[in-house]
Amino acid sequence: MSDATAPAPARQSTLGHIGYVLRDNPVTLVAFLMFALLIVLAFFGPMLAPYDPLASNASRALEPPSWDHWFGTDNLGRDILSRVIVATRLDLTISVAAVALSFIAGSVLGAVAGYWGGWVDAGLSRCLDTIMAFPLFVLAMGIVAAMGNTVENIVYATAIINLPFYARLVRAEVNIRRNAGFALAAKLSGNSDARVLALHIFPNALPPMMVQVSLNLGWAILNAAGLSFIGLGVRPPTAEWGIMVAEGANFIVSGEWWVALFPGMALVLAVFTFNLLGDGLRDMVDPRRRT
Amino acid sequence: MGRLRQISKRVAQAIPVVVGVVIISFVLTRALPGDPAVYFAGATADEKSIAEVRANLGLDKPLPTQFLYYVRDLATGDLGRSLSTGQPVTEDLARRLPASLELTLCALLLSCLVAIPLGVLAATRPNSWVDHLCRVLVTTGVSMPTFFTGILLIYVFYYLLGLAPSPLGRLDFIYIDPPSVTGFFLIDSILAGDWETFLGALKQLVLPAVTLALFTLAPIARMTRAAMLSALSSDFIRTARAAGLTWRTILFGYALRNAMLPVITTLGMVFSFTLGANVLVEKVFAWPGIGSYAVEALVASDYAAVQGFVLAMALLFVALNLVIDILYTLIDPRIGFAD
Repeated sequence: MSDATAPAPARQSTLGHIGYVLRDNPVTLVAFLMFALLIVLAFFGPMLAPYDPLASNASRALEPPSWDHWFGTDNLGRDILSRVIVATRLDLTISVAAVALSFIAGSVLGAVAGYWGGWVDAGLSRCLDTIMAFPLFVLAMGIVAAMGNTVENIVYATAIINLPFYARLVRAEVNIRRNAGFALAAKLSGNSDARVLALHIFPNALPPMMVQVSLNLGWAILNAAGLSFIGLGVRPPTAEWGIMVAEGANFIVSGEWWVALFPGMALVLAVFTFNLLGDGLRDMVDPRRRT
Repeated sequence: MGRLRQISKRVAQAIPVVVGVVIISFVLTRALPGDPAVYFAGATADEKSIAEVRANLGLDKPLPTQFLYYVRDLATGDLGRSLSTGQPVTEDLARRLPASLELTLCALLLSCLVAIPLGVLAATRPNSWVDHLCRVLVTTGVSMPTFFTGILLIYVFYYLLGLAPSPLGRLDFIYIDPPSVTGFFLIDSILAGDWETFLGALKQLVLPAVTLALFTLAPIARMTRAAMLSALSSDFIRTARAAGLTWRTILFGYALRNAMLPVITTLGMVFSFTLGANVLVEKVFAWPGIGSYAVEALVASDYAAVQGFVLAMALLFVALNLVIDILYTLIDPRIGFAD
């Protein structure tokens, strides 16, 4: 009856919902635009950079920003704008690779622990507790020191310290749906445990995971930049934001601010983008969690 | 007594974590690149003397036995010897720990003094300018790398304004270190009655402490705001208002006291961040704490020192979480630890 008099409103399409959230919260739109800019710089950076990021020019060392060099030059006369642009790819690659690794490993471990429980669950939880017992940046330092000072190991270390967040999230999401009606129905119609877990239960954990990914990307960039700031991982003369700030730190006390400022601002901007994006995604996924 | 049992249960829960921490730090130590036996045997060593040194160090034994040796050494406080300073790592860490603690605690104190009132103000006036300021500060705070904030502060306050002293350590060389009692320069100089040194130490401390505080401001303010909002919308506040209590009594006597519990929990997590960020801040300000010790050790490939540092930090953090949880039971009798 009521259906006939007041037809239920058409179910809002996903795209429509995203559009609504973006209109409602222009900050998220800005975040998406900045994200697009970062992607463009990461893919086409070397083509867009006005100079060779490694070409030094001793006669034009430590020049303040000018029309030739918008961001100035560093102590070897290298163009800082070009280095900042080219570094985007490396910084994003490190953080995306690290977050992807912990996403995959955390999903598998968390799903297995949440679905089957028992000693697998208990063992995994103890391991994760142990990782969380370390101050995470300090653990990353220790891992890189033990495994060797390379960029790959920065990625692994960042992945390991991010792993608990994903594994715990997936474990909780899988655990509450383990005995849900749809999961039991899928099981009854002859699907194997692994299939039910992978195709029926796990997809439900994806929305909160995406929020976590976005927040973690910013954190992973900070972490990697921090490690290279103290001299781990990326080696000079490679262009990377953290190491460029470290190089610029030597000149800040004598007033050459541009050497450290611009790569630092790039870093802040990237992290800021991912944090805003994470908040925006959270609004799309779950409007109730807005703070 | 129930509460005592609860506390001892919580202490017991910390034991597997400590065991895990020790195992991880052993694995990290054994995964080190290079053969320590070759290093300690010296440049002129032949096969035989290297094997001898290896036997002396216990490196020819199977891994579980080596682990027992490692635990035995740990129990006696032996973390190995630093290659770069030539001192036992334990002594190095103990000597430098007060500098790090002084910096970290001052920063946390400063950050609580700013963040908690800010969070309370933002929660009592949602969508006002204070609330927006709080939100901007929170988002900026988590996006700024500490090492970059530190460099910016040095540029503005040391180079441009000339207000801060040069960012080189705990005390300018014109002062003499106060006689060491606690190792905290601020406290030691007061104990010695030397106000000039106190001011000198304070001046050096301000910038690094502000840098760390800016970083920790965000989570504390955010948590205070959220906890205050939920406390203010709860039934007992409505009852208190209906009973005609003054706004001040309600806010500080009822709402804030209840909101402090989640904030204290957050402090544990914040402390973990601070210990990590400490390393970077100490490097920027040439602060002679354990963080810059670890960085120097990393650069010199002095791995015993790095592993000692990682282990010390982890144990410190486990102990701190334990204290926070116990405080929590003491503050809020409703809290029980789930079995």
